[in-house]
Amino acid sequence: MAAGVAAWLPFARAAAIGWMPVANCPMPLAPADKNKRQDELIVLNVSGRRFQTWRTTLERYPDTLLGSTEKEFFFNEDTKEYFFDRDPEVFRCVLNFYRTGKLHYPRYECISAYDDELAFYGILPEIIGDCCYEEYKDRKRENAERLMDDNDSENNQESMPSLSFRQTMWRAFENPHTSTLALVFYYVTGFFIAVSVITNVVETVPCGTVPGSKELPCGERYSVAFFCLDTACVMIFTVEYLLRLFAAPSRYRFIRSVMSIIDVVAIMPYYIGLVMTNNEDVSGAFVTLRVFRVFRIFKFSRHSQGLRILGYTLKSCASELGFLLFSLTMAIIIFATVMFYAEKGSSASKFTSIPASFWYTIVTMTTLGYGDMVPKTIAGKIFGSICSLSGVLVIALPVPVIVSNFSRIYHQNQRADKRRAQKKARLARIRVAKTGSSNAYLHSKRNGLLNEALELMGTPEEEHMGKTTSLIESQHHHLLHCLEKTTNHEFIDEQMFEQNCMESSMQNYPSTRSPSLSSHPGLTTTCCSRRSKKTTHLPNSNLPATRLRSMQELSTIHIQGSEQPSLTTSRSSLNLKADDGLRPNCKTSQITTAIISIPTPPALTPEGEGRPPPASPGSNTNVPAVASNVVKVSAL
Amino acid sequence: MGAVMGTFSSLQTKQRRPSKDIAWWYYQYQRDKIEDELEMTMVCHRPEGLEQLEAQTNFTKRELQVLYRGFKNECPSGMVNEETFKQIYAQFFPHGDASTYAHYLFHAFDTTQTGSVKFEDFVTALSILLRGTVHEKLRWTFNLYDINKDGYINKEEMMDIVKAIYDMMGKYTYPVLKEDTPRQHVDVFFQKMDKNKDGIVTLDEFLESCQEDDNIMRSLQLFQNVM
Repeated sequence: MAAGVAAWLPFARAAAIGWMPVANCPMPLAPADKNKRQDELIVLNVSGRRFQTWRTTLERYPDTLLGSTEKEFFFNEDTKEYFFDRDPEVFRCVLNFYRTGKLHYPRYECISAYDDELAFYGILPEIIGDCCYEEYKDRKRENAERLMDDNDSENNQESMPSLSFRQTMWRAFENPHTSTLALVFYYVTGFFIAVSVITNVVETVPCGTVPGSKELPCGERYSVAFFCLDTACVMIFTVEYLLRLFAAPSRYRFIRSVMSIIDVVAIMPYYIGLVMTNNEDVSGAFVTLRVFRVFRIFKFSRHSQGLRILGYTLKSCASELGFLLFSLTMAIIIFATVMFYAEKGSSASKFTSIPASFWYTIVTMTTLGYGDMVPKTIAGKIFGSICSLSGVLVIALPVPVIVSNFSRIYHQNQRADKRRAQKKARLARIRVAKTGSSNAYLHSKRNGLLNEALELMGTPEEEHMGKTTSLIESQHHHLLHCLEKTTNHEFIDEQMFEQNCMESSMQNYPSTRSPSLSSHPGLTTTCCSRRSKKTTHLPNSNLPATRLRSMQELSTIHIQGSEQPSLTTSRSSLNLKADDGLRPNCKTSQITTAIISIPTPPALTPEGEGRPPPASPGSNTNVPAVASNVVKVSAL
Repeated sequence: MGAVMGTFSSLQTKQRRPSKDIAWWYYQYQRDKIEDELEMTMVCHRPEGLEQLEAQTNFTKRELQVLYRGFKNECPSGMVNEETFKQIYAQFFPHGDASTYAHYLFHAFDTTQTGSVKFEDFVTALSILLRGTVHEKLRWTFNLYDINKDGYINKEEMMDIVKAIYDMMGKYTYPVLKEDTPRQHVDVFFQKMDKNKDGIVTLDEFLESCQEDDNIMRSLQLFQNVM
C-alpha cells in the first residue's frame, strides 16, 4: 500500500460497507485502536534546527526511520523532542518527502552526503521524483566513475595473480600503464611506427646526385638500407598483431575491429611486395600498393586518444557531412553548367565541357582561386563572381551547424539512452518494492490469525505479539481480510498459486485441457488455460476433495525477525528453512508457532484449529505431501 | 557510395525536421495548450466553513480537520475526478483491479452527478457510512448497488457489482476463482433478498432482508471506530 494515501484509509474502509450485504460469512473483527491518540505535533530537532510535523505525516511511510518505532531511539526525554545529529539541509528534503510523497534532490548537495542521509533515514533513492532523478543518476554515475578510477589506480599498484597469462597480456595491450613491460612495448611500437612513416617519407626525397646519372630519390640510392628498415618495422608490426590476436578475448571481434584492419592494411603491402618482386608487369600495381603503407600512420590512433575521438566524431556526424556534400554537389553542378554555357561562346576557352568546369567551380567556391581556369566573357565573369560569393555561404554555413548539431545530437543520444536504461531498471526496482507491499499482507495475515486466536483466548501475551505493524497496516490488512471473507476466496502469492495449479492439473490429468500458454510471465504451467479477463478457468472443479486427501496444509507463522519480512519468502521456502530459522530465534522472546489448517470446502476456516502458542518451538514432523517436498512444522 | 547513402538519409531526416518557422509555431502552440491545461487544473474549490460541515455531518471539528488534510493532500484543487479516485482506491488493493468497483463507488459518492467529488460530498457520505444509523447505511448501500439509480436492483446490476468485487481479488487466490463464482454468489444473494421472487430487489425488500440477517447487522457496526 502506498502510504501516501494512508489518510484515505478511513474512506476505503467505510466504502467496504458495500460488500457487507453481499457477503455470506461473518466478517473478521476490526483491529482495536487501543491507544487512540489524537493527531499530535511532534518536534524533530535536527542539529538545532527544529522541524514540526504531524505524527500521521511521518507514519505514512512505516518502513523508514521516521515512520517506524526506530525514531524512539532518538527521543529526548528532557526536551520531549526527537534529536538527530544530522545535516538539517538534507533533512528538509527528507521531511518534504513525507509531506508531499515526492523526494527531490537538491543540486547543490554533494551526492555521497545525500546518499548517506537517505541511507540513515531508511529511504530508497529510487523514490526520487522524475524531476530530479536524471540529475541524481548523472551525479551518481560521475561519482562511481571517480571511485572506479581511484580503485583502478590502486589496483594497478597491486598484482592480480588470478588473471591468466592471456588476460594479463590483453590488459597490458589495452592499458600500457599496467606494467613496465607494457609501457616499454607501447613506446617501442610507437617508435617503430614513427620510424616507418618517416622512412616512407624520406624515401622519396631526392638525395643528391650520383655522378653520371640524374637525381635519385634516397629510396633508390640506399635501397638496401631502406629495405632493411622496412623489414624490421614490418616484423615488429607483424609480431605485435599476432600477439594481440593471441591475447584477444574474442578473436572474431578483434579481427573485425577497425584497429586490426588498419594493422593488416599496414603490413600487407610488404608481404605482397615480397611475393611479387620480380614481375615487371605487376610492378606498377606494386608501386601503388606502397601507398597503403601510409596507413601505418593510423596506427598512432592506438596511442592517441584524440585521434580516436576525432574518428568517432566524423562517424557520428556522417549525415550532416553527407548533407554538406550533397548541397555542395548541387551547387557545383549548377554553377558548372552555367559557366560552361556562358563561356561556350568565347574562343580558346578552357571550359571544354561541364565536367571540366567542375574544377573551376570547386576552386572558386572554396575561394582557392588557382587561376588556371578563368572566365573571359562578361557573362562568365558575372556568374563566376556569383559563384565565388555563394561558395563562401555554402561552405561556411553548414560547418557551424554541423558542429552544433554534432554536440546536440551526441548529448541527446546519450540522454535518451540513459533515460531508457534508467527507466527499465527503476521500474523493476519499484515493482519489487510493490510486490513487497502485497506480500506484506500475506505475511501479516498469518500473523493476524494468531492475533485473532489470541484475542479470542484473551491471553495477556498479546503484548508480546509485537505490534510491529502499525495501526494503519493492521487496518489495511483487516480491510483486505474483509474482502476475502466477502468473496470466500483467499489471497495467495504467485508460487502457491502455481503449486495449486500444478497439483490440480496432476489430479485432473486425464481430463481435457486446452494447452494454450498463459501470457503471464510467472506462469509456466499449462494447466491454467484460456485466461478470460482476470479469472482462470480450470476444467475440473474437484478441488476440495483432492485437497482434503492430499494436502494437509500446515502454515507456519513466519519467523518474526527484528527486520521487516523479506520480499522473497514463500511458504515452501519458509518451511524448508524452518529448522534453521527456529534455532536462532530461540533466544529472543519471539514466538514461533504453527496452525494446522485443513481446508474445508468451500471456505477456508483457518481459525478452526488455532492452538495457543508455546514459548519454544515444538518438534518437527514431516508430512509427505504431493508435488512439494515441504518440511512442515507443527507445534505440540 | 557512402556519401550518397548519407545524403539520402540526411534528406529524409531533413524532411522530418520541420523548418525553423514551422517548428517555432508548433512549439508555441504546444506551450499554449499546456498553459491552458494548467489553467484548468488551477480552478480550485473551497469547502464550506468548518462549523457548517460540523453541523451537517456527524463528525467533530478535529475529525473534519484530519479528513480535510488527507483530502487536500491528494487533491490540492479541492475536487476529485474519477481518475484520481480510481487511482487512490486502487492503491489499497494491489493484488487485483479495483477500478470497476471504484467507478461504482465514485458514482455513489457523486450524488449530484457532476463528475467530481468535492469535500462536502466526501464528508457527507463518510458521515453516513461511519456514523449514520443502520437505516441510512443500508439505504446508501442500496444506492450503491442500484447502478442506474432507478430504485430497483436487478440481477444484471448485482452481477456487475459482484464481478467488480471479485476483480479486486486479482488472480492469485485460493481456491482458484472460477468463472461462475460471481454468478453463484449473485444467485445466493437474490435468493436471500428477493422476497417476492420477481427478479428485482426494491429498497424495502433490501432493508427487510438485511435487518433479518445477523451477520450483516454485525458487520455494519464493524467500522464504527474507523476515525
